[in-house]
Amino acid sequence: MLRDALLVAAKDLRVEWRSRVLINQVAPFTLLIVVLFGFALDADTATLRDTAPGLFWVAVMLVAVLAVQRGAAIEAADDTQQRMLLSDLDPAAVFLGKAAGLFVQLLVLEVMLTAAVVVLFDVSVGEPLLMVASSVVATIAIASAGTLYGVLAVGLGVRETLLPILLLPVLAPVLISATRTFGDAFDRVDADGWAWLGLLGTFAVIYVMIGMLAYGVLLEES
Amino acid sequence: MVEPFPVPSGFMAATIELSGVVTLLGRFPALAGADLKVQAGEVVLIQGPNGAGKTTLLRLCAGLLRIEAGTGSVLGHDLVEERVTIRRRVGLLGHATGLYDDLTVEENVRFWARASHADVDGVAAALDHLGLATRLHDVQVRKLSAGQRRRTALATLLVRRPELWLLDEPHATLDQEGRDQVDNLIANAAQAGATVMLASHELERVSRLTHRTVTVAGGLVVGDTGSRGGDVDAS
Amino acid sequence: MSATAAPAPETDSPTIVTGTSSRGTRALAFIIAVGVPTLLAFAFFISPEDDVQRDAVRLLYIHVPIAIMTYVAFSLTAFGGIMFLYKGSRWWDTTAYAAGEIGVVLCGLTLITGSIWGRPTWGTWWEWSDVRLVTSLMLFLVFVGYLAFRRIPGDPTVRARRAAVLGLIGAMQIPIVRFSVEWWENNTLHQSSSVLYGKLENMTLFTWFLGQIVVGAIFLYLLIHRFRVAWMEEEIETHGLVGALEERRAEALVGVEQAVGGTVEGRISAVKDV
Repeated sequence: MLRDALLVAAKDLRVEWRSRVLINQVAPFTLLIVVLFGFALDADTATLRDTAPGLFWVAVMLVAVLAVQRGAAIEAADDTQQRMLLSDLDPAAVFLGKAAGLFVQLLVLEVMLTAAVVVLFDVSVGEPLLMVASSVVATIAIASAGTLYGVLAVGLGVRETLLPILLLPVLAPVLISATRTFGDAFDRVDADGWAWLGLLGTFAVIYVMIGMLAYGVLLEES
Repeated sequence: MVEPFPVPSGFMAATIELSGVVTLLGRFPALAGADLKVQAGEVVLIQGPNGAGKTTLLRLCAGLLRIEAGTGSVLGHDLVEERVTIRRRVGLLGHATGLYDDLTVEENVRFWARASHADVDGVAAALDHLGLATRLHDVQVRKLSAGQRRRTALATLLVRRPELWLLDEPHATLDQEGRDQVDNLIANAAQAGATVMLASHELERVSRLTHRTVTVAGGLVVGDTGSRGGDVDAS
Repeated sequence: MSATAAPAPETDSPTIVTGTSSRGTRALAFIIAVGVPTLLAFAFFISPEDDVQRDAVRLLYIHVPIAIMTYVAFSLTAFGGIMFLYKGSRWWDTTAYAAGEIGVVLCGLTLITGSIWGRPTWGTWWEWSDVRLVTSLMLFLVFVGYLAFRRIPGDPTVRARRAAVLGLIGAMQIPIVRFSVEWWENNTLHQSSSVLYGKLENMTLFTWFLGQIVVGAIFLYLLIHRFRVAWMEEEIETHGLVGALEERRAEALVGVEQAVGGTVEGRISAVKDV
């Protein structure tokens, strides 16, 4: 099953590499979000440093919605989703593969975003290990939930506007926890980042498990 | 698992057996009580006006659709309980070609071959069969014409070597050479013992290949010229 | 030797339904009609003032039961979804949907009453660092999304299955967030549960239970009615199926002539048979 998951992940990443949509279109958009926040807040450096963790993760959330929509559009384009049903692939393997592909894409975007935030908001990273760990774990949760909800966005009669309404509230706890851990990592907030990381881990595990169990149900068209 | 009927002439269990099947697309009864029996190795043409339910019939036999009423089995597997098993043993060519635009022809065929756990060595042969091996194999699918895409889709089916071929208007968008290739494909598949069911409007060309013509209208099977061997029990 | 048969579509029944009431709901309505004024009387007049919160505590007699019923409603949605996936029975799906809709209403009321209570008590209409507030808002948004999803046109069985998964994901993470965050960070302006610690005196306790019962009755009443309305809507659409089948088969008569142009080995009699 792992091999099938890798097959799907490799395919997703190769499609992205060829089409370069995330790199050419979504990445600039993430930078734009950060810049817009900078304009809007028009604040002194201290405030920017305080708000940086929250802004970072809000930007990640918005970008995740775009990435999920892009993934769904790829599968809807030529009805490859139907071909998936007809193949020998276990839905759980397809889920893992797509989530893994999304995970990699989001992580790349987050690296870029981190650089932007560090530079533009003058953030000093006190605990880089915490930051990296929480990034990875939170992205696993986001990628899993995103893949799960992304399948729903491919269906007939579903408008793209439905995806954010479904996905973002569910990701709210991830947003809250990740912001707390980053706040601790940036030494701005008196919170126990590692404890929040534990909560993030719980979500990651739960979303992966639900994804593997429920993806098959969601894929069916009739 | 469906037990075979005791057929005096000694045929094997029917490849497709539908009895009063009602299938809904949303709320619309695309199939309103279809009856059909297809034996192994037959090549069957499905004809009928647009909207008659030909595509639905093919998708149903592929195991993609849920039965609302009636009974059915494909390749010995029940259509209510064992749809997923059926899917792995059939090859369906629908209107959409099911290819990734950004990948090349060869990458697509290779991916779908591995997704079907089929022999990857068969990829080259499949491409060759459909005239894709030389010029086109490393061209991105987005740059292909509609006919070339169709041939690529057929190649992805070919590597799977399905026991039941379900083809929805396979000749559509193809040029003369492409159509000949499709005909060869069908003939070879039939020779190898597979069952082929195709929906088409091209009656003259297809009637050379097929043993039997089934007419579908209003979600029902309303005409059947009979199979090559015994009687067709269509009730 | 026969394959498993799918259940046949329901035949047309000539029952005329005039409403969704029944003896049970009328009994509930009576309880509610009596209970609500009684509750209000007790809550706002008869029961004693709280030492710290004074009169603000009175709203809690309503807010707390509503909040509890919200959780009950959403748990029912999640549970109904599981049962639907397991058994495929329409009853469970309709229950889940009805419970979800009422749950959203109750959740909204929870937020509103909570906010009104919070203003004199905390000094603000809203407080972001309070776990229960934030998770209640989240819950509200999640299930608004659930309701939005359920309205999408399409295959009802597929939609029901997907909605079941959605409801499950939505409901399930709430307890996780609530309990884990309270464990790690005692950051709540909410009072800890007084009932469980047995610190309430008789009159207060009585009013609390009264509130529980009245709100519970309201919930049940709304649930039953909503369920029945949803069920009947579904029935109407399913009965439409029989008509649709007739029409569809009639096409066959026209279609055959079009397709073959005259000579047909007839099975047209079968059309009239079914």
